[in-house]
Amino acid sequence: MSFLVALAESDSVPTGSTVTDSANWFLEYAWLVPLLPALSFVGILFFGKRMRYKGAELGIAAVALSFLLAVCAGFAWLAHHDDGGYVAVQKSTQWLQSGSVEFGAGILVDGLSVMMLLVVTIVSLLVHVYSTDYVGDDKRYTHFFAFLSLFTAAMLFFVLSDNILQMLVGWELVGVCSFVLIGHWWEEKPNSDAALKAFLTNRVGDVGLIIGTIALFFAAGGGRTFDTVKINEAIVGGDVSQAALVVASVCLMAAVMSKSGQFILHTWLPDAMAGPTPVSALIHAATMVVAGVFMIARLYPVFFEGMQIGGSSINLMATIGAITLVFGGLLAFVQDDIKKVLAYSTVSQLGYMVMALGVGAWTAAVFHLFTHAFFKANLFLGSGSVAHAVHSFDMKKDMGGMRKFMPKTYVTFIIGSLALAGLFPLAGFWSKDEILVGTGGWGLFGDTGGNGAYTFHLLMGMFGAALTAAYMTRCVYLTFHGEYRGGHDHAHDEHGHEAHGDPHESGPRILVPLYILSGLAIVAGFANLPGGFQLVPDSWTERFGHYVEPVGSSYFPKIAHATPSWSLAVVASVVALGGAVVAAYYYFVKVDRLSKETEASLTGLPDGLSKSNRLAGAGHRVLVNKYYLDHFYERVIVAFTKGPLARAAYWVNQNVIDRTVDKAGETAVLAGRHVYDIVDQSVIDGFVDGSGRVSDATGEELRHINSGKVQNYAAILFAMAAVLAGAFLIIFAL
Amino acid sequence: MLLNQFLLLSAVLFCIGVYGVLARKNGVLVLMSIELILNAVNINLVAFAALNTDALNTDVSGDVFALFTIAVAAAEVGIGLAIVLLIYRNRRSIDLSEIDLMKG
Amino acid sequence: MSLLAALAALSAALSPDGDLYVAQNVFFAVIAVTMIFSALRVVTTSNVVHAALWLVVVLAGAAAQFILLGSEFVAVTQVLVYIGAVVVLFLFGVMLTRASLGDDESVGEEKRGMAAVVGVLLFSVMAIALIDSFEADRLVIDEPRSVSTVSDAIFSQYIVAFEAVSVLLLAALIGAIVVARKD
Repeated sequence: MSFLVALAESDSVPTGSTVTDSANWFLEYAWLVPLLPALSFVGILFFGKRMRYKGAELGIAAVALSFLLAVCAGFAWLAHHDDGGYVAVQKSTQWLQSGSVEFGAGILVDGLSVMMLLVVTIVSLLVHVYSTDYVGDDKRYTHFFAFLSLFTAAMLFFVLSDNILQMLVGWELVGVCSFVLIGHWWEEKPNSDAALKAFLTNRVGDVGLIIGTIALFFAAGGGRTFDTVKINEAIVGGDVSQAALVVASVCLMAAVMSKSGQFILHTWLPDAMAGPTPVSALIHAATMVVAGVFMIARLYPVFFEGMQIGGSSINLMATIGAITLVFGGLLAFVQDDIKKVLAYSTVSQLGYMVMALGVGAWTAAVFHLFTHAFFKANLFLGSGSVAHAVHSFDMKKDMGGMRKFMPKTYVTFIIGSLALAGLFPLAGFWSKDEILVGTGGWGLFGDTGGNGAYTFHLLMGMFGAALTAAYMTRCVYLTFHGEYRGGHDHAHDEHGHEAHGDPHESGPRILVPLYILSGLAIVAGFANLPGGFQLVPDSWTERFGHYVEPVGSSYFPKIAHATPSWSLAVVASVVALGGAVVAAYYYFVKVDRLSKETEASLTGLPDGLSKSNRLAGAGHRVLVNKYYLDHFYERVIVAFTKGPLARAAYWVNQNVIDRTVDKAGETAVLAGRHVYDIVDQSVIDGFVDGSGRVSDATGEELRHINSGKVQNYAAILFAMAAVLAGAFLIIFAL
Repeated sequence: MLLNQFLLLSAVLFCIGVYGVLARKNGVLVLMSIELILNAVNINLVAFAALNTDALNTDVSGDVFALFTIAVAAAEVGIGLAIVLLIYRNRRSIDLSEIDLMKG
Repeated sequence: MSLLAALAALSAALSPDGDLYVAQNVFFAVIAVTMIFSALRVVTTSNVVHAALWLVVVLAGAAAQFILLGSEFVAVTQVLVYIGAVVVLFLFGVMLTRASLGDDESVGEEKRGMAAVVGVLLFSVMAIALIDSFEADRLVIDEPRSVSTVSDAIFSQYIVAFEAVSVLLLAALIGAIVVARKD
């Protein structure tokens, strides 16, 4: 009980700020939310094997209770405002003291953390339920649930932290849990490799996080504090030098880029698909990858001021996000693994969030995080449901036509895809539109305000929207339409089962989470309807921003808000729809017809890629020629019988419309392939290889002084120390 | 007394220790030379503690860290001798010049 | 040259009518010469057991210097831990590796030169730096620093370091057992 007493008696923060330490019970005791899953981790680890359901029931109960607490905290937050607006709740206690430096431990509850609590607990709860079926007969079932609980606890701990040191702890905990869960089936080498890659790539960013934390500690107004509120206040108050901010924000950005899969450090994300699907859903929707975005949102003054390039209107963060969102979208085009499509899609969507944060559209970014969590979890769990049925993740080899076998999964997957593609009125439409508005680049048809006009970023966002719609169409086609291509002689799936018979619909423990998530994917967008259109009462609009954004707080920078625009919403929808239609025509009509008439398997054939692969292309061309030959005869006969008008119409159809669509699809696919080949495989890999070679060559030269005799090393060490000391002596003393 | 007389004594002991570490072949003797080095450091620490002290003798950081050094040195000898023993058991010799597995 | 001036001042203070010609300094000089001689024997003698015994002399000399510096507790600990435990440990090590039975003839001839050069180089750099920085700073030791002050410091200001050292000792204990056990 001493902890409770200490918490109750902790120093109150200075009055007059936008932070208080007394509030509704649910807000003050929000630390129970991460504590419950943490306890369940310990419980499952020690007693799980002896329980009736091997520990799953404990994990589900703990997370469900956490979810209830989070819901109560959410309602408490809605009521927790005074005349000046919403007031964040901070409860902290002293953790330890070293000299004059105090290390605090505490919680900071505001709209952002309450929102994250809700999202994390609900997604985690559904993932827990889903996992009872999905990994039902896994040999490390109990272990899996234990770490699922710890993963949830770590993320909840992270979002509630009131100081950056505590955030660092949560951040590392999340990383460790992801390592364990990605490598859940570590007996197979690629899985353990993927886990290591995820862990090590994250370590790269963690170094940045540690340096950034230290920089902030010393920089923040000379206060020597880890407290996020105080740091943010100092920066908003202008007490921190720009140089220190740049150092801190660049270091922290490295951490964000590794954790949130921003371009260059995104490579671990697709590999992380080696983990069980529920873990992928948890990583991509609620925990792990959004940790980086959350950190930007939490320490927004640091990033917003620090990443601004030399007083110009270009923000580095926005540019990183814009590049990521387009590259991720292109890469999603050439993946055959359904989970990898979704992984690159996550990269792309995280790019949207980072871009939005960069252009000052804080609410839009956080709102997109909110909606994205639901539809991405929906899509991942849906893909897992399909994969569970066909025992494979390969869309081209083992899927196709799943619509007939799994109609319920199909419907939920379609809803998720539409939401992701941003089609009206699903969740993705509202959040993506808000980001596009937030770029302020729609100045063409009237100024939308905001923090400057980011036209380039707006265009990238538009392009990304079209790409998103297109690759999701491809994904849906390859998975659910056409003929079923699976069921042939593949050996063992990841569970070690033999494939058997036709795939069948998943059970209720998989479907119910899917229903709930797709329901949320439909309605989540209504949480933040744009204001000023007079279609709904103004008190219904911008609710999300109203509750979550700490406007007017002393720890939040003053940012201008862009005005929603009819024209932009329409144009963005048309662009997304256009992407979907082009892709739909290409896959549903062209490719579908081709595969039916040639009776070819889709493997490596009509994805427009065969042209870049000579061998497959040769085989392909034979088939296509036969196809064209038959049709040539028909066409000649038809042409002669039906006359020039029909022929002209036919010509237009075949050559103009068809080819345009054809080319658009092929170009997108080729662009994706090139990005993958050149940038991902050549440039980045080449850079890594090159640095390896350089050190190799250096080592080759230096090995001659390696006699292997430890005393020779010691002699060189001491002699060099003496020489160095002598040099200092000469420079500084004599 | 001068501060420097202690510091120079410490420097002499340190360098003798370095000489021993570099010149001796016997693993146990190398460990003894390392003890010389650590003692030299301790004399330094205590000398500075004596310099730094105020009228009430309240700042004893140097003494405290000398004590920590002694504790760490004890741990170091324990591990060092265990390693020497292991090498001896595997190679029937503790001649450091024969151990060149790290040869490049 | 400040260096020469410092040396001149030092020799003047050490002459029979200088202010440094006090009993403490006489003791210091005697002990220091003994220590240096013993330390040289430690690193040059060919008998390992003799080396360990010469080491005892150096360690005891260091303890005496600590008393001169007014640090009684460190001196006592030095005697207890070093002479009482570490040297005994060394003798066990010598015994178990059987190197004590014969003379250790293996003082590397080819390495002596290299080691001596490095040692002299290090010493000259350090000596120049020390004389240059602390020229003639005096130590004034009125009374020894009491054990209670030291213990207060350890258990308040340096409690974290103290805990870390205790964990380190435990780790070393376990590590030594793991490394040395036969299996």
